[in-house]
Amino acid sequence: MTNILIAIIVFLIIALLVQILRVSELLSEINNTDVNEVTDEDNNTQGKLYLAITFIFLGFVIWQMVYWNHFLLPGASSVHGEIIDGLMSFTMNLILVVFFILTPLLFYYAFKYRGKKTNTAYFYSHNNKLEIIWTIVPTIVLSCVIVYGLQTWNKAMNPDTSQSKVIEIYAKQFDWTARYSGSDNQLGKANYKLVKGRNQLGVDLNDEKSEDDIVVREVHLVKDQSVLLKFRSRDVIHSAYLPHFRVQMNCVPGMNTQFAFTPTQTTAEMKEQEGEDFEFILLCNKICGVAHYNMQMKFVVETQEEYDAWIAEQKTLKNTLTLK
Amino acid sequence: MSEHHKETFITKYIFSQDHKMIAKQFLITGMFMAVIGMIMSALFRLQLANPGQSFAILEMLLGKWAPGGVLDPSMYLALVTMHGTILVFWVLTAGLSGTFANFLIPLQIGARDMASGFLNMLSYWFFFLATVVLLWSLFVETGPASGGWTIYPPLSALPQAIPGSGTGMTLWLTSIALFIVGSLLGSLNYIVTILNLRTKGMSMQRLPLTIWAILLTAILGVLSFPVLLAAALLLIMDRSFGTSFYLSDIIINGEVLHNAGGSPILFEHLFWFLGHPEVYIILLPALGIVSEVIAVNSRKPIFGYKAMVGALLAIAFLSFIVWGHHMFMTGMNPFLGSVFTFTTLLIAIPSAIKVFNYLATLWKGNIQFTPAMLFAIALVSTFITGGLTGLILGDSALDINVHDTYFVVGHFHIVMGLTAIYGMFAGVYHWFPKMYGRMMNKNFGYIHFWGTFISAYGVFFPMHFLGLAGLPRRYYTNSAFPMFDGLTDINSVITFFALSGAAFQLIFIFNFFYSIFKGTKAKQNPWRSNTLEWTAPIERIHGNWPGEIPHVYRWPYDYSKPGADEDFVPQNQPLKEGEVEH
Ligand code: HEM
Ligand SMILES: [Cu+2]
Ligand SMILES: [Cu+2]
Repeated sequence: MTNILIAIIVFLIIALLVQILRVSELLSEINNTDVNEVTDEDNNTQGKLYLAITFIFLGFVIWQMVYWNHFLLPGASSVHGEIIDGLMSFTMNLILVVFFILTPLLFYYAFKYRGKKTNTAYFYSHNNKLEIIWTIVPTIVLSCVIVYGLQTWNKAMNPDTSQSKVIEIYAKQFDWTARYSGSDNQLGKANYKLVKGRNQLGVDLNDEKSEDDIVVREVHLVKDQSVLLKFRSRDVIHSAYLPHFRVQMNCVPGMNTQFAFTPTQTTAEMKEQEGEDFEFILLCNKICGVAHYNMQMKFVVETQEEYDAWIAEQKTLKNTLTLK
Repeated sequence: MSEHHKETFITKYIFSQDHKMIAKQFLITGMFMAVIGMIMSALFRLQLANPGQSFAILEMLLGKWAPGGVLDPSMYLALVTMHGTILVFWVLTAGLSGTFANFLIPLQIGARDMASGFLNMLSYWFFFLATVVLLWSLFVETGPASGGWTIYPPLSALPQAIPGSGTGMTLWLTSIALFIVGSLLGSLNYIVTILNLRTKGMSMQRLPLTIWAILLTAILGVLSFPVLLAAALLLIMDRSFGTSFYLSDIIINGEVLHNAGGSPILFEHLFWFLGHPEVYIILLPALGIVSEVIAVNSRKPIFGYKAMVGALLAIAFLSFIVWGHHMFMTGMNPFLGSVFTFTTLLIAIPSAIKVFNYLATLWKGNIQFTPAMLFAIALVSTFITGGLTGLILGDSALDINVHDTYFVVGHFHIVMGLTAIYGMFAGVYHWFPKMYGRMMNKNFGYIHFWGTFISAYGVFFPMHFLGLAGLPRRYYTNSAFPMFDGLTDINSVITFFALSGAAFQLIFIFNFFYSIFKGTKAKQNPWRSNTLEWTAPIERIHGNWPGEIPHVYRWPYDYSKPGADEDFVPQNQPLKEGEVEH
């Protein structure tokens, strides 16, 4: 029933459009004008519409910046993340300034120079000096962006990892598992061919480094203590994304990747700041299959004492696997 | 070929070798695919704004893929994948280049037709076959390809990983291989024609910027599409013949695969070696079209012609050495990341030059607001907005947190999607009289423009906020994470504008087809333009000009030239006594 109704409405709308077109064409034939000729009146209206759209569009942008600001991620909770945030606000401010200059200028020109039969345009084909200026200025500005950007990138990607606690993050469709390297801070070898039964990560139990490894489904970190995350994937490409820490790295089958960082806020501190519901979350950020949208693991940042209490409760892999 | 030889219905409308007819075939096919792509986006936008809600229309259209009217997650991914594939390749590559390269090259350089009419015809028919195969893939049991338009393996290689990687993916790859063959045949033809068949006096320095842009587009295509073909062939080998180019150490659904030693990252390199030039293959023709439209309708020469050509050359060159910016988070050596950041941000310089030159062209113009001109100015706006967010994405340090989020989706829809679509609309409105001998209705054009312009920013600007909130792209719903709960507000705004934008396209489609048959008759040179196509008679004839091909004596931008009788001087008018060429 509704379908028939919709079909009728669509048909009526089309019929209406045809009639409007017909009438306007006939009218202009009577008046001996061409409907499709752009008149001064058209130029005037369209130019003014461009002026109006300047305010509507920029107003919409500002409205979003005001009302949706609270949706944005809170400030970074990691050492390198704070540096990245600095670069981000620098770049963001820069592009906002350029945006708020060029957009109104463009639309204003459209308005200001709207055509009139009596006007003539100004024949102006080039001006080398001007063109050199607007090549050099962006070049200089971009050089600053590039230098600042590369410095930040180098700091973020090459931190000192000699003291970092090593944790493996293992991705598969559609969940995450973590493996702590234990007291020796070294992960035991692993191989996908060894995945079997409860040994879901394929850890080589003959490697003595694996003896104290601990496999968990929730990651606990200590505030201000550096961690080195090592990533593996079992099946397809996933991407480990920890937005609050400004951390992201792909997990690629057949390849090892890593990312080191130092958390600077505990979950409790963030809850105070952002509300009771706040959690640090690891998400998957590379399309990996049907449940890609729901591949998550909780990260908890806490004090050393809390962490010690938590880790003491976890069983080592060897323990779990030999337990009947 | 110069005689108007006898044509049958089949040689005129179907297996035509006339570049003008082939252009129309590309245009109509492109428009048809655009409608399909648009409907797909409307369907997944419904889901995003109303997660889990039931819509009768979904079940009606998708059947088992929307049980009870709720979109199935694997169909969501399939729709996103096919939407991207269709828009990027079918609409904005074949639809845009195929239409305007074919239509404009011979007419604007003063040639009877393409260098090889036969290859040109083949190019369309390969594209047509590709289209049939792609559409067929929508109807297979396991659904169409659904690993994203970037089809990264192993996801795209393993049917066990996602249903769409079964028959759907096989058809996708077959289709894209046919597409590439068609595209290469077309591009080679464009290059040869532009270089060899220019009329007397049409030196490279007198080429309209449209043709410059199309030439560089074709060169990019010839150099990069074969790499995608190679990537696709290797993927076919991995999928069907047990090789391990991209696969290693995989367990899927409990099954241990034998593949060892391959690397999915290899695929990404090959894909983006095409993929990044591809975005410029989409962009450049739009910029070319708009350079022409802005000059004609500002009644002024394009400002800084040489700089515009130089910027096009720079962009084309740089586009080959930046592909790694799509892969910053693959674990590449940070030094390599630095190199790609450097080259990527350099592209902003020629881009900025183009924007400033467009602004200078408008300055002190006598702007005629044809529907084409409205779209051309809007293009400059989206190019500014989207280019600026490129500065954030191109900076590897910032990309860490926005890579693969909605910020990227906002960026490329504005800078590529909207920019190229606006260029295409501008081109259609501008050359419609030349194509069909009739005018499109102006007032409907105005309504279409304003509706589209407002809706499109309403769709894509808010996406930046989703991305900065940390929302990954290609999520079926964001309701699995409490941290994204509030974002449904933003999604509702986006979906509202998406549906309204789609509605305004109906006006365009109506205007287009109505005008083909019933539009008012066009004058030979309705926009008072200088380029050669407007010196040809309005009737379509095979060979373009009834008598001799016009000779060219000046560049195409003598608008409002002091001392001239009118505010335009066509390229085939000799210089007057003592007149200097611009
Ligand atoms: C100033 C110029 C530009 C810069 C610096 C830039 C930079 C980037 C970067 C770094 C990405 C990757 C983001 C990520 O995945 O994390 C990206 C994505 C993209 N850009 Fe741009 N871009 C620029 C202009 C353009 C233009 C002109 C186009 C097209 C005409 C374009 C089309 C795209 C597309 C299609 C993607 C996304 C592909 C995907 O992942 O599906 N960009 N851009
Ligand atoms: Cu995943
Ligand atoms: Cu790119």
